[in-house]
Amino acid sequence: MANIERDEVSGTDTTGHEWDGIKELNTPMPRWWLWTFYVTIAWAIGYMILYPSWPTLNTYWKGTLGYSSRVELNTALQDRDKARAPWTKKFAALPITEIAKDRQLLEYAMAGGKVIFADNCAPCHGSQGSGAPTYPVLADDDWLWGGNLEEIETTVRYGIRSNHDEARDSEMPAFGDDYLSVSQISDVSEYVMSFTNTSKDADAAKRGSEVFVEECVACHGETGQGGRDFGAPKLSDNVWFYGSTREDIIKQVSKPRHGVMPAWQARLDDVSIKQVSIYVHSLGGGE
Amino acid sequence: MDNTPAEHHVPKTPSLYETHKKVYPQKIAGRFRNLKWKISGAIMAFYFLAPWIRWDRGEGQPDQAILASMNLGRLYFFNIEIWPQEIYYLTGILVLASVGLFLATAMAGRVWCGFTCWQTVWTDLFVWVEENIEGDRNKRMRLDKAPWTFNKIWRKSLKQLIWIAFSLVTGAGFLFFFNDAFETTINLLTGVGTYAEYGFTALFASTTYLLAGFAREQVCIYMCPWPRFQGAMFDEHSLIVTYEAWRGEPRSKAKKNNPNAPVLGDCVDCNLCVSVCPTGIDIREGDQFQCIGCALCVDACNSIMTKLGRPGELITYDSIANQVARSNGKSAKKRVIRKRTIAYASLLFAVIGLMAYGLISRTELEINVQRDRSPMFVQLSNGDIRNGYTFKILNMINVPQTFTLSVEDLEGAQMTVIGLAKDLVDTVTLDVDGDSVTTFRIFVRTTKDALDEQFEDMHFVLINTATGERIDYDSRFAGPVR
Repeated sequence: MANIERDEVSGTDTTGHEWDGIKELNTPMPRWWLWTFYVTIAWAIGYMILYPSWPTLNTYWKGTLGYSSRVELNTALQDRDKARAPWTKKFAALPITEIAKDRQLLEYAMAGGKVIFADNCAPCHGSQGSGAPTYPVLADDDWLWGGNLEEIETTVRYGIRSNHDEARDSEMPAFGDDYLSVSQISDVSEYVMSFTNTSKDADAAKRGSEVFVEECVACHGETGQGGRDFGAPKLSDNVWFYGSTREDIIKQVSKPRHGVMPAWQARLDDVSIKQVSIYVHSLGGGE
Repeated sequence: MDNTPAEHHVPKTPSLYETHKKVYPQKIAGRFRNLKWKISGAIMAFYFLAPWIRWDRGEGQPDQAILASMNLGRLYFFNIEIWPQEIYYLTGILVLASVGLFLATAMAGRVWCGFTCWQTVWTDLFVWVEENIEGDRNKRMRLDKAPWTFNKIWRKSLKQLIWIAFSLVTGAGFLFFFNDAFETTINLLTGVGTYAEYGFTALFASTTYLLAGFAREQVCIYMCPWPRFQGAMFDEHSLIVTYEAWRGEPRSKAKKNNPNAPVLGDCVDCNLCVSVCPTGIDIREGDQFQCIGCALCVDACNSIMTKLGRPGELITYDSIANQVARSNGKSAKKRVIRKRTIAYASLLFAVIGLMAYGLISRTELEINVQRDRSPMFVQLSNGDIRNGYTFKILNMINVPQTFTLSVEDLEGAQMTVIGLAKDLVDTVTLDVDGDSVTTFRIFVRTTKDALDEQFEDMHFVLINTATGERIDYDSRFAGPVR
């Protein structure tokens, strides 16, 4: 170290380092600071020995304590299942209507159902059952297949047109495939609109009423009140699944679309199905 | 700092690390030492005794007067009970503490460091133990250099034992502000405490032991950030511990009554001010960042000046401006009211005012209403529009209450409440438990024609059935886009 000199003003030695005429005063760090640094290094080495650290050629150093975050996760999951056991037992034993009557069980179902719904149902039905085009709103008071707890549970469990043996199933014929004429379809659509007082052509509606009695009453009912046995929508209310305009209705009569919902029995366990059904029931439309 | 003249100084190869030189503060009696003991006593009394004060809050409630309960999520201070969402009171106290510190520093320098800082208070206690067992400065220095005789061994061991005992009591004492003092003491002593209880006791005990027993002035010099920026709160009118160089210099050990001697200052260079300094500095070199303003050197110098029959306060609390005035023969005057102190004081009072207002106008009931954003609204089969609300009532007193809820300013509004009202109602009765948050799911519906805008302003009205007190909560009702 060359050129160590004493600074006149501060009376301190310089370190001998100089950059473009700027000299560095030597204000040394306390030595314990250095020792603290060595202690952290020793700590790190100890940590590397005790815990999984270095990769080796085909595996890794597993640490002398045998710690693994995977094992920790499994333990945590087991602990969780153990904590849930008293609840899950009750859920498995009781029918859904009984569960909903018990305040505590209801709260447990709501909390769990919310998460299950967000993970599994929300992609189609929207968060909190807000619905999406061609996917039903679950928060309103209109149900295709029934809105009490048991009916919702059945729908969740077996799905709709899901190819499950117990699935809810129905099919509206495509009246546009050489079955009804274009004018008949137009007339019957006009008649359907008259249920909600949106029809503007009384003559057409009258002609359509004859077609409706022939072709539609069996499922949708005489006054368009719908039929839950077939998942036939109510035509006399303000909730329109595939649109409420004349064009929308003509389109649906001519070549109907049919929604499909998977059977969740194979994907969710019994307790989860009950939880999510109770949650759906609580969204605002439960009967 | 080295005072050898430059030409005699031979620079050495620099070491980047400085070996710790142990400071052996000498015992000194005097005005400031007394004041320091009184303040230390008050602080320790608060620290060790405050958690034991009891305060009855009724059945099932903690009866400790001062308690920050992590488990219950409450901060209790006598009759005040702070909930987690009122954490801004804590922020307010921290703001008060820092502005108070700025004001104190602008007025009287580092009085916080020298008199009230925990590091100073606990170090004082540890040094007191040390000097009572090992003796005063010179004895301690000799003992450290002496070989390990029986005398040294028992003195050192006893000191460590007492230090450890003090540290453990201090460590456990910290827990008592967060957990019930009686319960925690029993847990700790009977060996049934949790890992957290033992762990935190060990943590605070070991930091106390390390910082007050060994690190001492190193904390102030190297660890604490405050000395580094306190300079920003200072000005030339702030009181600091200062050596009146104009009076003391030239210092000399020479006999002052020698008529042939040159005219000498009052300082007799006895070095007592250095010996008593807890950070081991020489105050006669002027204000330094290592000086914690404890004023023990004032006591030291005064004791010597009294013995010599000279005027005291050669080292004293004084401002730089006063010192300059005195050295020029002008009379010194205190300037307490300055732009800086006015600014800090008004800030302090503004914050105190705000906090006091907040505490006085604080309600013991709070409503939080969250309107569902998904779905924004639901179109019902008969054409009505329905909105969902999550309604939370925070009842901060330990008594159950009953309210009736209704909706105002929304034409034709009716409600259903999950679990309470299945059919449409105009008002609904809500029961709320004491000292808890109760959540309700409320659906409000009205006809499509009742809505003039996409978002209608409306409000919920909550009436306490017992007192008749009415609380309004403004909210909105969403409908289809218009």
